[in-house]
Amino acid sequence: MTDSNMSELWPLFWDAAWETLYIVAITLTLGGLLGLLLGLGLYVTRGGGLYASRPVNLVLNVLVNFFRPIPFVIFIAAVQPFARVVVGTGIGNPAIIFALTLAAAFGISRIVEQNLVTVDPGVIEAARSVGAGRARIVRTVVLPEALGPLVLGYTFAFVALVDMTAVAGVIGGGGLGNFALQYGFRQFDTVVTWTAVIAIVALVQVVQLAGNSAARRILRR
Amino acid sequence: MPLVELTDVHKTFPAARGGTPVEAIRGVDLTVEAGEIVGIVGYSGAGKSTLVRLINALESTTSGTVRVGGREITGLKERELREVRLGIGMIFQQFNLFRSRTVWGNIAYPLEVAGVPKAEQNARISDLLHFVGLADKAHSHVEELSGGQKQRVGIARALATNPQLLLADESTSALDPETTQEVLALLRRVNRELGITIVVITHEMDVVRSLAHRVVVMEAGRIVEEGPVVRVLSDPQQPVTRRFVSTIVDDEPDVEALAALHARHTGRFVKLAFRGDDVRQSDVFAVLLEHGVRFELVFGGIEEVQGETFGNLTLALDGDAAAVDAAVHAVRALVPAKELPR
Repeated sequence: MTDSNMSELWPLFWDAAWETLYIVAITLTLGGLLGLLLGLGLYVTRGGGLYASRPVNLVLNVLVNFFRPIPFVIFIAAVQPFARVVVGTGIGNPAIIFALTLAAAFGISRIVEQNLVTVDPGVIEAARSVGAGRARIVRTVVLPEALGPLVLGYTFAFVALVDMTAVAGVIGGGGLGNFALQYGFRQFDTVVTWTAVIAIVALVQVVQLAGNSAARRILRR
Repeated sequence: MPLVELTDVHKTFPAARGGTPVEAIRGVDLTVEAGEIVGIVGYSGAGKSTLVRLINALESTTSGTVRVGGREITGLKERELREVRLGIGMIFQQFNLFRSRTVWGNIAYPLEVAGVPKAEQNARISDLLHFVGLADKAHSHVEELSGGQKQRVGIARALATNPQLLLADESTSALDPETTQEVLALLRRVNRELGITIVVITHEMDVVRSLAHRVVVMEAGRIVEEGPVVRVLSDPQQPVTRRFVSTIVDDEPDVEALAALHARHTGRFVKLAFRGDDVRQSDVFAVLLEHGVRFELVFGGIEEVQGETFGNLTLALDGDAAAVDAAVHAVRALVPAKELPR
């Protein structure tokens, strides 16, 4: 333990921690938004939904089911050609953010759909009975009524994204996962590995607690 | 002009996967006059929920016409239907309040939809909260309210846009008896003080008895009987109506009760139907006594419904066979009498 390089690696550690935060923040925002739209699409086109449409629902389901099960390490490789087109490079943080945003969108779409189906159809009927239109109902009833579970769902997505950033190193991306692998695992430096591990655990704990408390406030329980 | 007019309305729901189409409404003609309270009763699946949803176009008809306020609503565009719905309030068995909003926010919702200016909204909501007796709960959240309070919020929300018509879908079925009476009293005020027409669907005859002016009985997607509440309760025609009425009015003993009564009492059983005030019971009893017949009241009761009295009394008549015969004959001249089998 005495031969650990950790004391010299603190500047790199803070850079890596910052990179993780920044990658996760951007992908959660962009992927979260895309996932919300996709999830809303899945929800409203279901049978009996506000915009019920079997063909649209089928297409969305096939799309999500096609991409979602791909393990992220392989997904990164698979979408690399598209990354080159969209963000101009197939490596580094921009490429990781691109791949992660897409993967997050598909994953989050299911979380969103699952939370929206728990909205009581009775309150939607009540809104229809006072003459509210469909788009208004989505905006003023469906989303607010599902807000508590949605916050918990997005908290879960945050934790999953932190997990997924760990493999960013395969295409030269950074972050705490890459730091742990490069300076801890490959250098047989357990102290470095565990410093990254504890940082990740701490980050996840803080966000999870914040998410739980926000959801509790929304649900007033 | 009736406020609501349904003409030969049919509603068939398309088959669920692997199922058969469901004919929920099979040719219904119904008119609701402005200012009245109509109770629609029927067992689950009789089509009553579907029927009210045709009135505010939450469901569309398969065939037939629906007129509300003289306006034909079948075939209107979604945008036009939304206008129609603004003029029709609806309350629900499970209240269906928005949990994401306070009491105030729930009542504000229809006003926001209708585009009512904020200042006007505030005045209206405040009025409504006082009307339903929840002024102190304006900023409470839904889950802090009791069932009765939730339904009062539901009523306030339904009345927000000054509708002419209120549809109540099993609005008291989730409430205890005491709270049910509170909500029914509020609905009576809605009708009397605000002049709002109410269509209430229920399977509880008590609700019909204490609230409705007219009752419509549904079975298997059709209206099988309708009439003024007192008439239907005192003289039900259809088997399904009789079953409903028997839940609150003792008409005549069923086969089992009859057997038990015969085991305890001797003599002939005659059921007498008293309607209104034209014949007094004492007149009937006097006739029996004149004939030297001993009698005993074994089943039945007197009902008071909306100021009118009626009753069904089953008597056990004992005495000389010829005297009983003559007595029954004489009584028949006064009131309808039905001999019950041994």
